[in-house]
Amino acid sequence: MPVLGKDARHQVTLTLNGKEVSGFAEPRMLLSDFLTHEIGITSCHVGCEHGVCGACTILVDGNITRACLTFAVQADGCDIDTSESLAHPDGELSDLQKAFRKHHGLQCGYCTPGILMSLTAYLKEKSKPTEEEIREVLSGHLCRCTGYVGMVRAVLDYCEKREN
Amino acid sequence: MKPKGFDYLRADSVAEATEALAQGGEDARLIAGGMSLVPMLNFRLVEPSILIDISKIKDRKYIQEKNGMIEIGSATRQCELEKWDQVESKLPLLAKALPVLGHYQTRARGTICGSLVHADPSSELPLCLATLGGEVVLSSTKGERVVKAEEFQTGMLSVSKQSNEMVVAARYPIAQGETGYAFREMSQRHGDYAIVALAAVVTKNKIKLGVGGVADKPTVREWDHLDGTDLDDALNAFAWDLGGYDDIHATARYRRELVRRLGKKTIEEAKNASVR
Amino acid sequence: MAEIIEKSKFVGQPIERVEDNILLQGKAQYSDHLATRPGTAHAAILRSPHAHAEIVSTDVSRAKAHPGVFDVLTGEDIEKISDPFLIVLRAPINQWALAVGKVRYVGEPVAIVIARDRYVAEDALSLIEVDYRALEPAVDQEAAALDGSPIVHEAAGSNVVSTREFTYGSPNEAFAEADKIVKIKVRYPRNSQTPLEGFVVNAEYISGEDLYDVASNYQGPFTSHPVMSMALRVRNSQLRMRMPQWSGGGFGIKVQIFPYVVLICLASKIVGRPVKWVEDKLEHLAAAAAAPNRVIELEAACKKDGTVTGFKFDQLDDYGAFLRAPMPGPLYRMHGILTGAYDIKHLAVRNRVVLTNKCPSAMVRGFGGPQMYYAIERVMHQVAAELDLDPLDVIRKNLVPEGVFPYRAAAGALLDSGDYPKAVELGVKEGGLEELKKRRDQARSEGKLYGIGYAAIVEPAQSNMGYLSNILPHSERQRNPKGGAAANATITVDPLGTVSVTADSIPQGQGHQTILSQIVADELGLKPQAIKVNLDFDTAKDAWSIATGNYSSRFSSATAVACYKAAQKIKDKLARIASQSLNVPPDQIGFAEGNIFDTLNPENSIKFYRAAGAAHWTPGALPEGMEPCVRETGSWSPPELESPNDKDQINTSLTYGFVFDYCGVEIDRDTGAVKIDKYVTTHDSGKLLNPLIADGQVYGAFAWGVGCALYEEFVYGEDGSFKTGTFADYLVPTSYEVPEPQIVHMESPSLVTPLGAKGIGEGNCMSTPVCIANAVADATGAKDLTLPLIASKVAKLIHADEDVPPSQDFQFTKDDGLLRGQGTAYVSATAQDVWRTLLDPVALAAIIPGCHKLDEVSKNSYRAEVTLGVGPVKGRFRAIVALSDMVEETSATLSGGLEGPLGASRGIGHVRLSETDGQTCITYDYAIELSGKVASVGGRMLKGAAKALVNQFFQRLTAQIYNSGTKNITDSGRQGNAIWQWIKRILGFKS
Repeated sequence: MPVLGKDARHQVTLTLNGKEVSGFAEPRMLLSDFLTHEIGITSCHVGCEHGVCGACTILVDGNITRACLTFAVQADGCDIDTSESLAHPDGELSDLQKAFRKHHGLQCGYCTPGILMSLTAYLKEKSKPTEEEIREVLSGHLCRCTGYVGMVRAVLDYCEKREN
Repeated sequence: MKPKGFDYLRADSVAEATEALAQGGEDARLIAGGMSLVPMLNFRLVEPSILIDISKIKDRKYIQEKNGMIEIGSATRQCELEKWDQVESKLPLLAKALPVLGHYQTRARGTICGSLVHADPSSELPLCLATLGGEVVLSSTKGERVVKAEEFQTGMLSVSKQSNEMVVAARYPIAQGETGYAFREMSQRHGDYAIVALAAVVTKNKIKLGVGGVADKPTVREWDHLDGTDLDDALNAFAWDLGGYDDIHATARYRRELVRRLGKKTIEEAKNASVR
Repeated sequence: MAEIIEKSKFVGQPIERVEDNILLQGKAQYSDHLATRPGTAHAAILRSPHAHAEIVSTDVSRAKAHPGVFDVLTGEDIEKISDPFLIVLRAPINQWALAVGKVRYVGEPVAIVIARDRYVAEDALSLIEVDYRALEPAVDQEAAALDGSPIVHEAAGSNVVSTREFTYGSPNEAFAEADKIVKIKVRYPRNSQTPLEGFVVNAEYISGEDLYDVASNYQGPFTSHPVMSMALRVRNSQLRMRMPQWSGGGFGIKVQIFPYVVLICLASKIVGRPVKWVEDKLEHLAAAAAAPNRVIELEAACKKDGTVTGFKFDQLDDYGAFLRAPMPGPLYRMHGILTGAYDIKHLAVRNRVVLTNKCPSAMVRGFGGPQMYYAIERVMHQVAAELDLDPLDVIRKNLVPEGVFPYRAAAGALLDSGDYPKAVELGVKEGGLEELKKRRDQARSEGKLYGIGYAAIVEPAQSNMGYLSNILPHSERQRNPKGGAAANATITVDPLGTVSVTADSIPQGQGHQTILSQIVADELGLKPQAIKVNLDFDTAKDAWSIATGNYSSRFSSATAVACYKAAQKIKDKLARIASQSLNVPPDQIGFAEGNIFDTLNPENSIKFYRAAGAAHWTPGALPEGMEPCVRETGSWSPPELESPNDKDQINTSLTYGFVFDYCGVEIDRDTGAVKIDKYVTTHDSGKLLNPLIADGQVYGAFAWGVGCALYEEFVYGEDGSFKTGTFADYLVPTSYEVPEPQIVHMESPSLVTPLGAKGIGEGNCMSTPVCIANAVADATGAKDLTLPLIASKVAKLIHADEDVPPSQDFQFTKDDGLLRGQGTAYVSATAQDVWRTLLDPVALAAIIPGCHKLDEVSKNSYRAEVTLGVGPVKGRFRAIVALSDMVEETSATLSGGLEGPLGASRGIGHVRLSETDGQTCITYDYAIELSGKVASVGGRMLKGAAKALVNQFFQRLTAQIYNSGTKNITDSGRQGNAIWQWIKRILGFKS
């Protein structure tokens, strides 16, 4: 691969939620900034920019990724999934999203998309996690509003229903 | 909080990466998972001239047995070792340490080798490497060399890797029979860097205890079998020798206390595991 | 007094939130997503690394010349075109949007770069050179209040800028007649709920109109709107503030956007284009705002049976470097209920406001309550401990009794409704206190450290705009009496009969849209889904007053009531319209299921949309005198919120809920870690408008309460350096640390608000920290407990003293926040050689790690440019180094300072030489202060890093003298070898 010069903007092409999109980024541009300000999505929330709060969590090639700790150029050619992809095309919420609504698993909603993406990846590998395991996964995200209660209930409820 | 400008190269091979390192000089940096490096870039604590991305070098993504060790390639993520079906049997110490290493989300991205190179004094993977007596494989345009754990990490955030070298693999010795392994740590919150982390390896004749989070790097001490107050005294002497500092999370005295108290429990846990 | 809604269909139901659909999809537009005009510039702010320093000079020329930079502004530029912010006190405490002349806290804005994008703007920050003259800071609040302390604002003459004393009842008699006086001194720490979304300001100066147009996630209270417009020197109408519907949390802190609104407005005016600024987390943690840390000495006059007859409060509240409006609110917002949930008639109070060299304090959820209740509930626990009574019995004995509501508390609060003893018994029963006591007994019998704590508090809501008047004596405040708290909401029914609502609540995730839709749906006989609630806000178009905003739990008793009143107006109007076509009098009209009907003959009905449409389509046919269209604004201010009276009594809030908590905690004997085993929280918050949302508020407040109790604190060094600049050091509890509390509800509708609802979102911020502390006190028997109770602090309470070190070589370092160390180096050279090397500028340049350039300024005084670092971490600094106290070939003092983008440092070191047999022993010690970015983000590693660097200096010294003659290096008797290996590697030696 050629070296991408620091002062130039380079084309970055992604498959975002199944659709190809493209924009330009200096090598140092964070993926969170690229998705928000270059592509124009609204789900990749910038919280701490040091990888602790998890508000910017997305999936890159199916792997959980902090977009604030990734550069846009690193994601060139990758599949990116964000919470915009979770609801059905007609706008009906997914079962996990509905469970969050039912159990009041969100308030200001700033941490929510990142949490949903972590759970999306996690619940693919784990069918029926215990409350402790759910709390372990959620501990990679900070939420200042909810005290996490509604989220934990939502995931338990969702897994219970999924089982049946 | 945005990084300073840098050139970027996505390396497709070790040769390409080491060539770029050789050209980039002191200020070239490798990035694999980026879990430790990118926060430092965002804070502008580290300002590389070029960032060489080694996360997509395909032949560096492996876990394999080699000469009594498990060799882990530099693109292998922490979650991949955590989920490896033989981790319990081959690397029981790591099986215990990995779940408390950061968070599910950071393990999904962070690499084993990246954590070793970052060399945080509190970090779990360097502690396990030091306690087990593992090694790392370094590569440069001039060739490869293997460095023992005790010579690899030289201090806080400092390793004996030259600026033109890349860690291409880490090797952790495979668990031996009649040996017990135990890992414990105390952190403020789940997933935080350890205030004190302890790794114990107990065989019939020897007790080995590695301690992270106290000195500038993981420190390992070995004793012939000790019990009761002899063990207490040995742990006490070790705790004082480690030094350690006060910071906002804990005092040096607290760290010594944990080495004495949790050290003993970790050793006991390993003892019990070895009997089993 | 107002009527209570008797029948409601949606109000009171736990219906799912209308907000969630868009939020769950990630499609909500927060402030950072708002469209900006082409040409919008982006700002980055240079912040002070010093707690207290004079700005000697600022050179922005290199930054201005940087490609992509439009302009760089300093305090001098701002001072010319703006005024300092108005404050509550008449005191010379002047703050502009950028520091003028002096910096007073780490993180204070010093300059602003306006550039093409944020990345370029940050590049230019590192090119600004500021020369500071460091001053001694006032850091500890008690020391700052003493004579002789460094003064934060010289013109004010003292750091104590306000002292007020109050007496209610006869406290002296109560204390004279007491069987026992129980005294406690507590230090409540600095903390904040740190919303995940940072501050955002988009500002454009529109010169043709002399108008500032701002879009921001500002949360009010709008008392700060005129503060901004006056600083900008425009009429209020010339500052248009627009707030988007979605905000990523606020918790009070987002009022403190206001200085930045002014800054970005001024920047826009100067550069002539729109300017956007987004605060990052480093900036937020260091410089947004914190709840004031408070020292309280509280004495309780007691009878033998545990009855408390009087309180004496002495409060010293630390507001940091400036007194930003509405400070010192936290000290006065709770004033009316300084007696808490207790029937205590005699009260003496001394309130002092102190300024220090720390980030200015501000509104944070709980707003003065956590501090006050920490003292009250700790003293109640201590009363029980010292009188050998059960702590819950002491609470029971002193509660405001049943049947006395409305109850006027000693300092003036009018407790509107409740039955505190009943709520306590309900919580005891529902939560299973007896069970919990058995668990404690069981745990203790197994040798575990287990304790139970209690807290009973009154939770105020909807602040009286007059509460701060009490900071002035009665005679002074009479000239301009303040009181009340207005709220506004507007409902529009359009030509097709669809209903939309706007209101002045500026929500930040609390579900206000849902609740307003419930209220309007009930009134108008519609479904909540049919009501479109728009809570984005525009001061140029929406109805607002000075009390507008999202704070003091005002929503359910203020905005919700205004909306209810607007709905009633709409209902009255539509009933009159319908009465025409239904031929029945308006008072016989009902609303349900989208119909307006005759209540005596429901068949006789008209569709809601037809009645509303008539006001648009055929205004001429409306009842005589009726205005066309359907748009009504409800405004309301409760009469109970009066100005303070001549006895200084004030009803500080409108409603008062009751919270009773208890919990069981277990403490790990090895680590001191506190684990919450069970937590029960009982709430009487009046009528619950939506129980699902109400519980969410309790869970959220509880989680922050856990954070305050066990993890969260903004830590400052003695030198004023800020040490918790990341989420790795400012510890926000995660799902792993926060258990699920059991919530018990009781509903005693408020008698002073038409909906009967009170606040519920702040109670646990006030009750939970002290409840957990009381449990730790019960487990350990400790009296002095300072939050947060991190494990190492608790361990100190439970672990016996440490034995002396086995080796006599061990040197303890003083823990005063300075980076200290000492060491010894041996070099095979004479003392004369060593001495000569130290004095030789060329040699010195080679010794100082990473030195690029060294110029002698005067004899033995140098200026240098250095790159310092540990591992990959590196930064460029400007250094000053001086040698003094020189005794030829024997000893010298090295002192100096560093300034650079990574921070500032001052240090002093001593070197002593002694020669034996041609070998020189160099002993050294050092003490370094480090402030700024590195200190804020690198706390965990600083001491090790400083040690490594200092060692590097001395190793280089020895290397310089005699390249291979070094025989043995030790550093405090430990780790020396490892560091030396590392140094040798750096110097290119072979190990």
